[in-house]
Amino acid sequence: MRRRTAAAAAIPLSLALALTACGSKSGGDNNANSTSKSSDATISIYGTNPQTNMLPANTTEAGGAKVVEAMYSALVGLKPEDATPYNLVAESITTTDTKVYNIKLKKGWKFHDGTEVKAHNFVDAWNFAAYGPNTQLAADFFSQIEGFDDVYTKDPDGTDGPQKPPTPKAKTMSGLKVLGDYEFQATLKAPFSVWSAKIGYRVFAPLPDKFFTMDPADFAKNPIGNGPLKFVSYTPNQSIKLTRFDDYPDPTKKVKFKDLEVRIYSTQEAAYKDLLSNKLDFMEALPPSAKAGGKYKQDLGDQVLSANLQGISGLSIPEYLPEFKNTDLRHALSMAINRDQISKTVLNDGYVPADGWVPNGVKGYEPGACGDFCKYDPTKAKELLARSGFTGKVTITSNADGGRKEPLEAACNSIKNTLSIDCTFVPATDFGQFRQMITAGKLTGLGRSDWSADYPSIENFLNPIFRTGGSSNDAKWSNPEFDALMAKADSTANPDDAIKLYQQANRMLAEPMPKIPTWVEKGVGARSKNLKSAVLNCRRLLEYSTVEV
Amino acid sequence: MGRYVLRRLLQFVPVFLGTTFLVYVLVWTVPGDPFAGMCGDRACPDEFVTAMRTKFGLDQSVFVQYFQYLGRFLSGDFGQTYDNLSIGEQIGTAYPTTLRLAITAVAIQIVIGGVAGVLTGLRGRGYLDNLVLVGTLCLISLPVFVTGSILQLVLGVDLGIIDPTVSADASWGELIVPGFVVGSVSMAYVTRLTRASISENRRADFVRTAIAKGQPRRRVVGVHLLRNSAIPVITFLGTDLGSLMGGAIVTEGVFNINGIGGLIFRNVAEKEGYMVTTIVTLLVLVYLIMSLIVDLLYAVLDPRIRYD
Repeated sequence: MRRRTAAAAAIPLSLALALTACGSKSGGDNNANSTSKSSDATISIYGTNPQTNMLPANTTEAGGAKVVEAMYSALVGLKPEDATPYNLVAESITTTDTKVYNIKLKKGWKFHDGTEVKAHNFVDAWNFAAYGPNTQLAADFFSQIEGFDDVYTKDPDGTDGPQKPPTPKAKTMSGLKVLGDYEFQATLKAPFSVWSAKIGYRVFAPLPDKFFTMDPADFAKNPIGNGPLKFVSYTPNQSIKLTRFDDYPDPTKKVKFKDLEVRIYSTQEAAYKDLLSNKLDFMEALPPSAKAGGKYKQDLGDQVLSANLQGISGLSIPEYLPEFKNTDLRHALSMAINRDQISKTVLNDGYVPADGWVPNGVKGYEPGACGDFCKYDPTKAKELLARSGFTGKVTITSNADGGRKEPLEAACNSIKNTLSIDCTFVPATDFGQFRQMITAGKLTGLGRSDWSADYPSIENFLNPIFRTGGSSNDAKWSNPEFDALMAKADSTANPDDAIKLYQQANRMLAEPMPKIPTWVEKGVGARSKNLKSAVLNCRRLLEYSTVEV
Repeated sequence: MGRYVLRRLLQFVPVFLGTTFLVYVLVWTVPGDPFAGMCGDRACPDEFVTAMRTKFGLDQSVFVQYFQYLGRFLSGDFGQTYDNLSIGEQIGTAYPTTLRLAITAVAIQIVIGGVAGVLTGLRGRGYLDNLVLVGTLCLISLPVFVTGSILQLVLGVDLGIIDPTVSADASWGELIVPGFVVGSVSMAYVTRLTRASISENRRADFVRTAIAKGQPRRRVVGVHLLRNSAIPVITFLGTDLGSLMGGAIVTEGVFNINGIGGLIFRNVAEKEGYMVTTIVTLLVLVYLIMSLIVDLLYAVLDPRIRYD
């Protein structure tokens, strides 16, 4: 019996081992490719399912962004360290009053199907994006162009009401004029000095003539762009494959490797394990379990990549809650949060305390815009609280997933311990429901308000959040003085003068404090041993042209 | 037997309708707008939200929506998700993977669990018996994600014997370790069940008769004893296979397997009503068929069991 048992056990065991050996996917191929010739290499990066069909004006989330960034090139490129704009497809962008822009294109730019990139490709693409019934998610980025209101209408009673938005009067914006094959003119509703940087955002990409002859949904299945990488295939939940476009003219953005696989993972943890065994080449963010206690530094050493992200976190104080109107209370709450301690302990040094409403790394950043109000000072905080006469309790609402809960609970505890008032963290079901609450104006206390810049400008940290009716004005704050100052800054032709006015507006926020700035995230990503070098850019994306295998 | 099978198949219809309707209503009544979170930190344009609502019929009553959905489902059109991806295609890619994982898991359970159970059941007490009992106790007490993470770290990252994640094709070989992980708890149960069943039947009349008749030990154990002891184990394995078809959410997450479990989990979080209902409907069907097969197997195994 014993011998039989041994024999009986040996067979399945050896079978299992054999299957495991041949089951091990030939990930060895990746390594073989990368050591032979850099120009033939395939690299793989972490990805998530794009939420939309990856048309440039429809992609506002990270999953699709990394693919659109690779497939399309806009008029203006942004430098990886700090997003300083430089001319990419544009040869020149000239304006005398920052209201009318004359744009000339470089010759020799081609789409992946061989057709040339001409001025009308930009104008037609922008008109398509802005036209309401095309339901492009980024339509309101075009709102500053003259004629936008004729192509985009709002729902008169909100999306929940029975009325639908009326059909727009026109299909094209009057502010866009094609002047020749390689020249067009854009007229804005009002002067806006940041516009020449704003058009570097991916939603302003051109679309080929082919797009306008077919159903957008069909085009999206095999998109054709003008970027350094061209589309090969997309298998949902598995991967998106791209390959190098050899006729790409610009040396700064040209890629050195041959194929790119955006591998879609359901959890960051699984991706991190692949990165550790060099089966995945790049992740732009690391899972909380790897960041805890700085473990990633031990695991990865010099493979860690960091970047100054252009984003900021904060807590919005809704204007529609009368109990929080008192500014002394707001200052007290802000001074009761021990940002340094929370950044070091709960956030594992992955964040730095914020000292204003604009983060470091953005042109126009001034240290200490928030002044003493953002410094931890328990005595002063208690004084201000007493002066305000507030006796109620404080709540902080946010979605609890993605590591959002822990630092806010710590902030709440900090407030509780310093001011001896009750503070609780109220979780929302998920991000979608949380944003719904904010849009509908249903917060019951402070709400988490994070912001990632769309394009590199101090203006982008102020307008959408603090202007009356701004798209991300979570606090529903309205201040006519601030609006006037912003309008003045927007219409100032000289960019440096404009920045001075924006800085003034930034400092103006300290007194009324519609949003308590909390911290700024430091971008931490990593590459595998297969890559000699790679750069994480300030928008938390891999800068494809910097990858060397 | 024929009439029995027919009756069971007819019972499928009300169960199918009832479950699918319930799931549909539950998914749609969960609070939250699926389009609210699609635009990041800003509100989505009105046109987009309205157009999406009309396209997916969200502005009609639940009953109307359900019957439209049922009509499309029965004609084979599984529809699209909110980002215009074919539901049928996604399920088509995910289901074979889950199937392979489930079969691998059950095969491992039968081989390792069955062999260990038979050996310890026949032998009685001893070193092997204690080893198996302690081993199964450990496997039952460890949660699946612990087993999975440990094996992934040790075998995948540190020793490099396997790849930490399963590739897109998910071949049989790659699924051995995930199959072991997902079936580890059930394997422990199978071992104990087989062990108990065998040691109980060891002293039964028919075994004594077979030995008295002079049958070789191999035949006594292999034919008579095993066949009769298999009934509780088959019941367990049948329901286990049925539930494994539903996807192993945790294991799929750990090893990044593109299977049904992960698909459901992601789509519930994103409030993709159609996807969730379609998958659950398919799972209900699979489960019904599995339990029918298990019941029929009883009659094969044990001649005493008869269905009118």
